[in-house]
This record gives sequence, structure tokens and C-alpha cells, in this order.
Amino acid sequence: MPAVAETLETVQAATEGGYKWGFSTDIEMDMAPKGLNEDIIRLISARKNEPQWLLDWRLAAFAVWLKMDEPDWAMVNHPPIDYQDLHYYAAPKKKAGPKSLDEVDPELLRTYEKLGIPLKERAILAGVETPDDVMPQVAMDAVFDSVSVATTFKATLAKSGVIFCPISEAVQEHPELVRKYLGSVVPTSDNYFAALNSAVFTDGSFVYIPKGVRCPMELSTYFRINARNTGQFERTLIIAEEASHVSYLEGCTAPQRDENQLHAAVVELVAFDDATIKYSTVQNWYPGDSEGKGGIYNFVTKRGHCRGARSKISWTQVETGSAITWKYPSCVLQGDDSVGEFYSVAVTNNFQQADTGTKMIHIGKRTKSTIVSKGISAGRSNNTYRGLVRIDRRADGARNFTQCDSLLIGDQCGAHTVPYIESRNPTAKLEHEATTSKIAEDQLFYCRQRGLSEEDAVGLIVNGFCKDVLKELPMEFAVEAQKLLAVSLEGSVG
Amino acid sequence: MSAPSGPLAALKAAADAFVADYHARKTSLPGDSHVRAEAAALVATQGLPGPREEAWRYTPLRPFAEAQFAPARRAEPSAALLARIPAIAGTRLVFVDGRFHSELSGVPEGYRVTTGEPAFGHLARPAEEKLVALNTMLAEDGAAIHVPAGTDAGTIILASLATGAAVGFHPRHHIVLEAGATLTLIDLALGDGEYLSNPVLTFEVAAGATVTHLRTQDEGAGAFHLSTVYAEVAEGGTYDSFALTLGGKLARMEVHARLAGPNAAAHLNAAQLLGASQHADFTTIVRHDAPNTASRQTVKNVLTGRSRGVFQGKIEVARIAQKTDGYQMNQALLLSPQAEMDSKPQLQIYADDVKCSHGATVGALDADQLFYLRSRGVPEAEARAILVRAFLSEALDPITHEEARAAMEAAIAAWWERRE
Amino acid sequence: MLEIKGLRASIDGKAILNGIDLVIPPGEVHAIMGPNGSGKSTLSYVLSGREGYEVDGGTATFAGQDILAMEPEERAAAGLFLAFQYPVELPGVNNANFLRTALNAQRRARGEGELDAVQFLKLARTEAKRLSMPDDMLKRNVNVGFSGGEKKRNEVLQMAMLRPKLAILDETDSGLDIDALKIVAEGVNALRGPGFSALVITHYQRLLDHIVPDRVHVLANGRIVKSGGPELAHALEAGGYAAVIPEAA
Repeated sequence: MPAVAETLETVQAATEGGYKWGFSTDIEMDMAPKGLNEDIIRLISARKNEPQWLLDWRLAAFAVWLKMDEPDWAMVNHPPIDYQDLHYYAAPKKKAGPKSLDEVDPELLRTYEKLGIPLKERAILAGVETPDDVMPQVAMDAVFDSVSVATTFKATLAKSGVIFCPISEAVQEHPELVRKYLGSVVPTSDNYFAALNSAVFTDGSFVYIPKGVRCPMELSTYFRINARNTGQFERTLIIAEEASHVSYLEGCTAPQRDENQLHAAVVELVAFDDATIKYSTVQNWYPGDSEGKGGIYNFVTKRGHCRGARSKISWTQVETGSAITWKYPSCVLQGDDSVGEFYSVAVTNNFQQADTGTKMIHIGKRTKSTIVSKGISAGRSNNTYRGLVRIDRRADGARNFTQCDSLLIGDQCGAHTVPYIESRNPTAKLEHEATTSKIAEDQLFYCRQRGLSEEDAVGLIVNGFCKDVLKELPMEFAVEAQKLLAVSLEGSVG
Repeated sequence: MSAPSGPLAALKAAADAFVADYHARKTSLPGDSHVRAEAAALVATQGLPGPREEAWRYTPLRPFAEAQFAPARRAEPSAALLARIPAIAGTRLVFVDGRFHSELSGVPEGYRVTTGEPAFGHLARPAEEKLVALNTMLAEDGAAIHVPAGTDAGTIILASLATGAAVGFHPRHHIVLEAGATLTLIDLALGDGEYLSNPVLTFEVAAGATVTHLRTQDEGAGAFHLSTVYAEVAEGGTYDSFALTLGGKLARMEVHARLAGPNAAAHLNAAQLLGASQHADFTTIVRHDAPNTASRQTVKNVLTGRSRGVFQGKIEVARIAQKTDGYQMNQALLLSPQAEMDSKPQLQIYADDVKCSHGATVGALDADQLFYLRSRGVPEAEARAILVRAFLSEALDPITHEEARAAMEAAIAAWWERRE
Repeated sequence: MLEIKGLRASIDGKAILNGIDLVIPPGEVHAIMGPNGSGKSTLSYVLSGREGYEVDGGTATFAGQDILAMEPEERAAAGLFLAFQYPVELPGVNNANFLRTALNAQRRARGEGELDAVQFLKLARTEAKRLSMPDDMLKRNVNVGFSGGEKKRNEVLQMAMLRPKLAILDETDSGLDIDALKIVAEGVNALRGPGFSALVITHYQRLLDHIVPDRVHVLANGRIVKSGGPELAHALEAGGYAAVIPEAA
């Protein structure tokens, strides 16, 4: 499989050390002035040629946001964010989507190359026609700062009725779907960052899988923050109709910069009867340097709504990047027999701070949730698992299993576990286990006696520790994720 | 700020009423008036724990704030109330509505007990815990127990009896064990009716000393029991506790254990057996502040009726506390469709060479086990009782004080009977 | 192959080895026997470089190199293999992947080419078959859920794959039934030749019936108190350690 081989090559390049995605791209940008007010929101909406209802929706969200306070309950510390000191819109200067290679800025293509987007997909992103027999298995969207640049395989997907496009395009082409579902899982008033995103979101992906359709390929989005002093506020909406199935992957990178950059995304998933959504993330935003300077503030709201009976939403995340991660991909299990899963690996090194976990809200009968969280702290970082499992009164026969393990590497870091377990139904069964330990000396010695260097031994043991999560990732991503773990922990031993 | 309304206003009004009571009586309250005045300033500014505070998210104090409690006066317990003190060999220290009654109490031998004023000690943190500030502001009596080095003080039965008068009392006890001393403190909170019991106990456990703190809270059905314990354990010392919660309308036991010296240990086991619309909260904060320290917590909840059980347990491991061994297990049995369990076990770890784990389970009685027992001819009610008792055993079994354990078993059996 | 002179070592300030002198020429198999606490396992850990063991004096030269100054993985790459008395479990780490990573790390360190997945698996399957290990043992996590016998066989498989110059077998016979013992012994015997030496640490004669040593040494109180041919092991079996250790009489 060529796609895999290319991913491997990219990964090999990645293992040479350091943050390999820290380049920036010189492209002419169309930028809104710094600052956040109604006029900026009107400008964003106008740039995107949005209907009035969406502008009204944004302005309402902004009004809500103004009345809210930034949450302070997470175990993260950062200097106050000046929301007026950011650009809320930045886009490569291009009017329409690329029709041919010539229309794509060569710098952008080089960016994709550096991002490790496989060659064929790069070509397709650039609009080059590819015969069906060499078709890669992944359809891709790429979001560059504020706008979606190109989406591949739209035609192929359209044959099966699958819509996969930038959300800004969906607003134009499928306004009824967007209007129906936008904010239906994460309301504008849900939390501070969701309100902010609702007011200023610029792009993201939109996926619609019709009834009974099994999406013929993996869907994938690469997100990249490039411009200085910009926030990235993408919005992703995935709707899986009855008995449909989709697997969606997202990857994130950002250039190395001394100042902190803000990323506040919202992802909404809706699954109807018998539908399955598998959502995988490899988050590798720039984490800041070894002194804790720079890095992305990653404040993300991700929630899936299992509306239908026997629906299933599965979140898998590998979080190695960002200076601060604040993220709780959640499942509202409303349909009877619906299933929620959360598999997470979070690695923090140097001065990174991660406060991440999930919420599983059991409403329907016999709903089932599984949480497997592996946290690895090194350097002077802090890594917190925060999770809520709630069993509602009506959720007869609900089940939850939670396993939360933390690994500490070095004695200057912290590992924290903050689960909330709430049960209001006697027929429900909840099990929660959490452990904290360090890499055992005897394991390290055993590996070294067999000839492995200490760093390789740590990498091997850490990968073993994370195996239950990594095996949930699609194959190409799993390989990448394993290498990422090793790179992220570089310099943490010895 | 807009005009206060709802629970916040009720809490504010209740705090103001307590502060007014303090100002009306402050010249006649015994003990260190400076400490008391500082606490009063805290209560005046901070008020009572509110629903938005993380530490109180599962235990809203609104019902407490809406009740009225007059200052307690000297009162005589009924014979029936006195008879609830189990016959356990040891020295009795009896408090009635928060006041010490020497005529009902025994004479200590080999160690000192001082009563007649609150024993403030220096471990409590009124600035951190609002109910401790309230206690400090209004405490009128308490026992200062001082066990000299190397002394085995045997068993003390510290009985707090409530007559049922609609009063509030805030006893303040301070227990000091010098190096190598040992003491078993049977701590009973018994009563009838509606009242507020807001005791604070502080334990200073010196090197190699061991205190065994066995608590039974069987307050009146309308009572508020809000207690706070601080234990500071030096090198090689042990704070070994078990807390049984049976009574009260709204109850919370909060325990702060700090393992300050190497090889110090804390055991914070508990069982909460609740029915009707009872609400009980067992909250622990164990801080490992020295290497090679160990903590063990097994907390069991049996919930019937519309009761709500809460467990919050936090294990904190400081950077210096390498080789910490921390274990916490919290389990709940929900025996009725209206019962609710909220659990928040928490690890906060800053040292790498540690072994810390927690577990939590919530569920009903195991149907297979129940069926197995019944298929062997055990009637259902009895089978349930057997399984519930088995469920509790992990928390009860470590109690080595035979008489105390027997008394607790009896109290549990009585609770099970009256539940039906 | 291995030359130890006056080796003294301690743990937490407590002296365990009190001057070991031992020479194992290329191609020879030596056995070390001794009562509990005599320092047998300490010797194997000091030679392989485990942390927590303080070398207080003496030298150990392996294939011409001062191994005491080397990192554990450097010693491994130089050809030193320790079959652990208690093989360590590595949850989530696939046995085949582990072995290939180790083998290639060693080959890299020696400037040899790495084996690709196909070459490796072929070799691993051949060796596993020779040791009567089912293929699926390669797929399982390293030692996780292995029986005592399986763990020891896994150690021998690793040894066969890594082809060390010197193998130290630390009580590899403990916990083995007679069939497994024979398989392990065959694994060691198959490697015997001019380029392979072994130091077999054991409590009992039993293993030495199957791996016949060239020399037998008796370790007591951190010293080698007696050396001899294979017959010494039989004498120990018959008369116990008291007969050969003056202090223990």
C-alpha cells in the first residue's frame, strides 16, 4: 500500500528529533484586523457570504460569550489571554478553490509535503485527476488557518451520497442540514470557548452520511495554524443517518513560534439508529520549546450525540502537542443500547499542561461506555485526566468501564486523575480503575540487557503502556502515533 | 452583583445569623478569644460553603442554611439516650448537646484530659474550611487529650449525645499522642431530633505513635452532622480510622490526613448506610508529605430509599514523597431505584516513584450470587442481608478492637432491620 | 572470553561479592553453584550492569573490553546475555517486536545490517520450533501471562536469536519440569562451540546432567571457595555444601 509506505517515510523523517512540523509558510494572507467585536463577526460572515440566520446565530453567541467567564477549574495555568490581540480571520489570498495545480500556491503544496500528507493526496488536493485504480483510501480536507483549502474525492464520495466538504461550502450548498444540526450538540452557550467558536468560527469540515451508507473510505482533515497572532476556530459537524458508518481522522500541526496561539474548535457528531462514527485525532500542535516558551493553547469542545438506538460514537485521541490542552470529547448516550467509547493517550513533556478526558452521559437504556485513558508525564509537565460518567435515572442496565493509567517519567512532573462518577440507577454497573506508576527499573534493565538504549527502552515500554489505545487507531495513524510518542518524550530520560 | 436570591441568599443569611450569635455572646465564650475573633471575621466574609464550590458540588448545604439553631444550653440526656452508648471497656468522656458532663464521665489514668473550653490545637485551618471557621467561632467545649510518650492510654469512649433540642453545637477536641503512645478513641455521635452537630477533631500523632479512631455517627433523623478531622502523623506513626455513618438528615465527614514523616501511615475506612432521604458525604484528603508513607482507604456505601451517598477522596503526593503507597477503593450498592451515588476519587501526584491506585464501583447486588444463595434455600431477605454484610466486610474486617467492632456490627444489623 | 579479577561489589553498602576470581576461556561452559545468599545472582547482575550494585574493586574483562565501565546495552551488544532468574513482563510489548528491536539494536551497534521483518520472522519461527515453542508465543506480550516454564523457554529463545558470546544463565532451571529442562539444555548445547561460552548459575546438579560443564565453581560468602571438574557437582549433590565450604561446616 503506497499510502502507508509514504506515511512511514514521513514518520522516519519525524524521528530525527525535535518538533518537525515547526516550519511556517510564506503565503499572501487576507487578514482581518486584530480584535473581536460585532463588526469583525459581520466581516467574517460577509467574507463567507453567509445567510442572515447564520450571522444572527454568531452574534447571539457573541452576546452570550461576553457575559461568560473563562473557566478556571482545569489544572492548567497560563497568563490571561487578550482576546482583542488576535486576528480572527486569516486566509490565503485565493478567491475560489483550486481547479488545477497552477491555481494552488506552491508554498501551500510544500506545506502539505512537510505535513506528511501522502504524495497522491497532495496531488489530489491540488486538483490533479487520478485514475480510480490508484485511488488512495483516504479522502482529505485541509484547513489552513481559517479556511478549508481543498477537499479531495468529493466526486467519488458523492456517488455514494456522502457529503464531505468545508463547512463554509456546506452553508452554501446544504443550508438546511447545517441549520438543522449546527449547535444542536454543543449549544452556543455550552461553555466559554464554544461560545467564542460559535461567534467567530471560520471553517472546518462537514460530513453527511446518508441512511444505510458505509462511507467507502476514511475521511481525513489536516488542520494547520500558520499565520502569526491568529486564532484558529474550526467547526466540524458530522451527521451519520440511520445504519450508516464513517471513520474520520484529524491531524493538527502548527509552526514553531515564540508567542502562544489560540485554538478553540468545536466538533459536533450526530449518530442516528444503528449508525457508527469513529473519530480519531492525532493532535500535534506546537507544544512550545523546552523552556516552555510558545506553543498552542488548545481549548476544544468535542461532543457526540448518540440519538438513535444502537448508535455508536467512538473517540480515539493521541495528544502529544499543544502548550495547553483543554479537551473532553464526550458522548451523550440517548438512544437505547447506544455505545460511547473514549480511547486516549496524552503525553506531556517539558512545560506542557494537559487537562483532558471525557464525559459519558447515559440516558438511554442499556447504554454502554468504555473509557481507556493513558497519561504520560515527563519533564516539568502536568497531565490531568478529568472525566465524568453519569447514569441517569432512566438508564436501566447501563454499563461503564473506565481504566485510567498514568505514567511518570522523572520527578519534576505531575500526574493527576479527577473522575466524577454519578449513578442514579441501581441496575447500572460502573467500574473505575486508576493507577499511577513510573516505568519499572526492572523493565528498563531487561530491555537494556537485550541491547536497547535507554531511550528506545522507554519508547518501547511507553508504546506497550499505550497499546490498548493505539490499536483503536486506523493503521496509518497508529504507526505515526507510535513515532510521535517517542519524539515527544525525547530528552525526558537520562 | 445582583440582589442575592435562592440558595446563596439562604447561606448568607445563615452565616450572618451565626455571626450575630457570636457577637451577642462573645464575651462569655471560653478559651482563646483572639483565635475566635479571627474565625468570626472569616465567617463574616466567606460565609458557608456554597453549591458552586468544587469541594461541595455534591453536598448542597441549603437545607442546613434554611434551618434555625439556637445556641445549645446545658441539658440532661434521657436514660434511653444514655443507654445507646455501647458497653465498651474504657474511659468515658460524655458530652451532651456539646457540653462536657463530668458526672457521666470516667477518670483518665496515665494521661491528661482537659475540658471546659474548646481545645483549639494548631492543626485546624479555619481559613481553608468554612465549617471549621464556624466551629472555631462558636466552640464552647471540648476535650484536650494528651497521652505522654510511650504510654498506652487504652480506650477512650468520646460520646457526643444530642437531646433533640433544636440547637447547634460545635465541640472542639484536640488529641495529642507523644512519641510511641497508643490510644483507641471510640467516637460516638448519637441523638434524636433536629439539631446541628459541627465538631472538629485534631490529632497530633508523634513519631511511632498510633491512634485508632473508630467513629459511629448515628444522629437523629432530622439532624445535621458536619464534622471535620485533621490528623498529622509524624515518622512511623499511624492514624487508623473507621467511620460508620448511619444517621442524620444531611451529614458530611471531612478528614484531612497529612503524613508528615517517613513511614507514616493513614487508614481511612468507612461505611455509609443510608435510607429514606438521607444525604451523607465522606470526604478525605490524604497528603503524602514524606517518603515511604502509606495510605489505605476502603469506603463502602449501601443506599436505599431516596438516599444519596457521596464519596470524595483525594490523594496528594508531594514531590518529596517518593515510594508513596496510596490505595483507595470506593464501592456502592444501590438497593432502590431512587438512590444515588456520586463519587469523586482523585489522585494528584508530583513524585514519580510511587504506587497509587484507586477504584470505584457502583451497582446493585449481584443477581447470580443472590440466586445462588436462594437456590441453596436461603430466603431472599436473608440472602440480601448476607450479601450486604459481605460487601461491608472489607471495610469492617481491619477493625481489631473486638468490642467496638461488635457494637458496630450490632448497629449495622439494627439499621438493616429498621430499613425494612 | 571472560576474566574476572578480585571483583568486589555491594548493595546499599552491604558487601556481597568479596573478591571473585574467575576465568572462562572461549568455548567453555562453567557452572557456579552455591547456597542461597552466596552472591550468585549479584554476580550475574554486576556483570550485566544492573543499577544499584556498587563495584568496590577488581576488574572484569569481556572479549578484551572492561565491561564494568559499559552501559548494559553496550555489554549486550558486545555479546553478553543474561537469562534472568525472573524474566520481566512487558505489558503491551509484542514478543516478536521486542526481539527484533533488540536484535537490530545489537546489530546496529556492531555495525551489522538490520534484519527486515521477513528475515526476522523466518529466523524466529525456526528457533521457536527448535525450542518446541508454539508460534503464538511470538505474538504474545513479552512474558505477560507466561507460565514459569514458558518464561524460561522465552529466555532461551532470545539467547538463540541474539547469539551471544557469553550467556549467563541465572537459575534458569528453577521452576522447570524435566521436559522443559531438557529443551532448555538442548537450546544451550546447540550453541556450544568455540565462539560461545556460558556461565550456568544453579542450585542443583540436575541441570548439569543436561548441560555438562567444563568447570564447576562453588561460591560462598561472595568468594569462589572451590573449583573442579563436573565431578565436583556430583560431590556437592551427594555431600551438600558443608563438605566443601569450610565456614559452613
